[in-house]
Amino acid sequence: MTNEIFKSLSEILPQITGFIYPNEIEIHWGMLIVVYPYITGVVAGAFILASLVKVFNVKEVQPLYRLSLLTALSYLLVAPLPLLSHLGHPERSYEMFLTPQPSSAMAMFGFVYAWYLMAVLLLEIWFVYRTDLIAWAESESGPMKWIHKVLSLFSKDRSEGALAFDHKALKTITIVGIPSAFLLHGYVGFIFGSIKANPWWSSVLIPIVFLFSAIVSGVALVILLYMVITPLTGGKINMKCVDKAVDFLFYAVIVDFSLELVDFIHRVYQSEEEIKILSEMVMNKLFMSLVIIQVLLGMILPLGIISVTKIFKRRFSLNEDLRKMLYFISVLLIQFGIFATRWNVVIGGQMFSKSFRGLTTYKMEIGGIEGLLYALVLLVLPIVILTVLLKILPPWKEMKGEGNGKELTGEAPLGGMHAPEA
Amino acid sequence: MDGRRKFLRNALAFLVSGSALGGVLKILPSSALAKEASRTGKWYGFGVSVDKCIGCTRCVEACKTENDVPKEPFYFRTWVERYIIRKDGEVIVKAVETKPEGVPESASDREVLRSFFVPKLCNQCADPPCVQVCPVGATFQTKDGVVLVNEKTCIGCRYCIQACPYGARYLHPETRTADKCTFCYHRVSQGLLPACVEVCPTQARIFGDLNSGASVMARFRRMNKIHVLKPALNTEPKVYYAGLDGEVR
Ligand code: SF4
Ligand code: SF4
Repeated sequence: MTNEIFKSLSEILPQITGFIYPNEIEIHWGMLIVVYPYITGVVAGAFILASLVKVFNVKEVQPLYRLSLLTALSYLLVAPLPLLSHLGHPERSYEMFLTPQPSSAMAMFGFVYAWYLMAVLLLEIWFVYRTDLIAWAESESGPMKWIHKVLSLFSKDRSEGALAFDHKALKTITIVGIPSAFLLHGYVGFIFGSIKANPWWSSVLIPIVFLFSAIVSGVALVILLYMVITPLTGGKINMKCVDKAVDFLFYAVIVDFSLELVDFIHRVYQSEEEIKILSEMVMNKLFMSLVIIQVLLGMILPLGIISVTKIFKRRFSLNEDLRKMLYFISVLLIQFGIFATRWNVVIGGQMFSKSFRGLTTYKMEIGGIEGLLYALVLLVLPIVILTVLLKILPPWKEMKGEGNGKELTGEAPLGGMHAPEA
Repeated sequence: MDGRRKFLRNALAFLVSGSALGGVLKILPSSALAKEASRTGKWYGFGVSVDKCIGCTRCVEACKTENDVPKEPFYFRTWVERYIIRKDGEVIVKAVETKPEGVPESASDREVLRSFFVPKLCNQCADPPCVQVCPVGATFQTKDGVVLVNEKTCIGCRYCIQACPYGARYLHPETRTADKCTFCYHRVSQGLLPACVEVCPTQARIFGDLNSGASVMARFRRMNKIHVLKPALNTEPKVYYAGLDGEVR
């Protein structure tokens, strides 16, 4: 084990430029810590999209409501995995709960996570699905009946009063949920932003940039999933809904882009001690992932595509299939862009020496716990979980709803109750 | 309308509680680790005379032996940097390897303006960011001002390594926990000197109690113009440098 570490570190030696402190050769937070903020970002973003329906009454995106909640849950369940696996001693992680150090941002992870999972997501999903669960449990047989019965926590009440309470509860949870989603991801940003030793991270803007990039990634991912899943289940993509969601995504990308631009201008204009090494890093080590993938392919190109679509949609009523394809490309590009953003923050922050005199390099492993394969597993795992969740808690009737602003009704055989309204 | 008002109210409450939390986070470490409090009792510090160091790296070797630091050149509790500043303003820095042939030739080069060695080690900051960020309290500060890592409770998250502005920490490849200079706490607490101080042939390194009025350490601080590394970060380093060049970071 140690020999492998020595070997891979020796391979980095010839690639070091300038002077770095001798302890800085090893990049300590690798691929797993790139995956972690990406995943929590999707959680926060998907939840914010769901809140659009509930709090801000955006009826058009109703078909995405349950899908975004389930997406948020699938990703949230995976979120602790990369953190746990990168520890030197995962078996001691419980110490973070038993003897948390109040001044440490990282120590709060468990509490923020537990709060978000228990008090927000699970609760909201339960209330959304409660009446459906009861109906399913009544109409089905076999193991599914029991799964749904247990999931409904054996509640049976479908009276007017109970439904009214569901609505109220949902509203309250969402209202608590929005700041919680902000907290969840803003907090992840703070873990980096509060490190005064590292000028690449240390910025008050970082938590806010994280938040908006979270919204971007979550919304884009839900749109992507919707566009893939709907045809697979034999449904028809509701373009009104996608148009609206893409609209929202468009503004989120613009805000995100402007924030990062402000950060960039600020740094260059202030031009402090570290500016030389940071620009050297951006031009040499991060050129591909930052300038090309994050900014050009992940932001400017999709913004361009979406604006063109918007303009031509109005003027020439752009063909629906073409629109679908353009949207699809955009959200896909945005996903890669956001992943590159996480990469640039996490890895970039460790490539330059704190002596500001040199750069080290990141060597990607293929196998092993810090390797590419494991990271891919972690990225695919939420999709697997989502597939299972979609089986147990099917959101189809809502996803196939018209979403044209009128009240959605459920399918008659499945209970025929109203979808929870905003 | 009602919902919106409720939302605003909640948002406000969230912001207020959020900033209160932030305030607490800020205050906590400085009050818990108040530097002034330890003005009674021992409060250890370290002195480095830059001009006395000849770059022999006996300190580095002694440290590695004394503290079981892996021999590989990726792990150092202390190391020596060599600075060569050329007439055209170019600054060349190298970490001096523990073998003599690692020392670059430069004395004969006419373009060299000045050249010197700078020993580095954990600054045992009075207000240590590494302690502030450790999620489990495995990194802590002793009453006499030494920052230590408890390798029984360290979870190996490496947050402290990120938070140290001086590159003083590494993850020990065998214990998988954070590690760094301890001022040789095991020796110091028995009245001995740290190993590096003991072996330094030119007395470029000195160690002592900052609170004592009559000691090598006190004399060092009286007789020299003192500087610390990266003072702007407000970590209050307790490794004091005499004759430090402005190029050193
Ligand atoms: S030099 Fe680094 S490791 Fe040592 S006390 Fe200061 S912050 Fe901690
Ligand atoms: S690596 Fe160990 S000592 Fe450092 S912050 Fe993590 S738990 Fe604390």
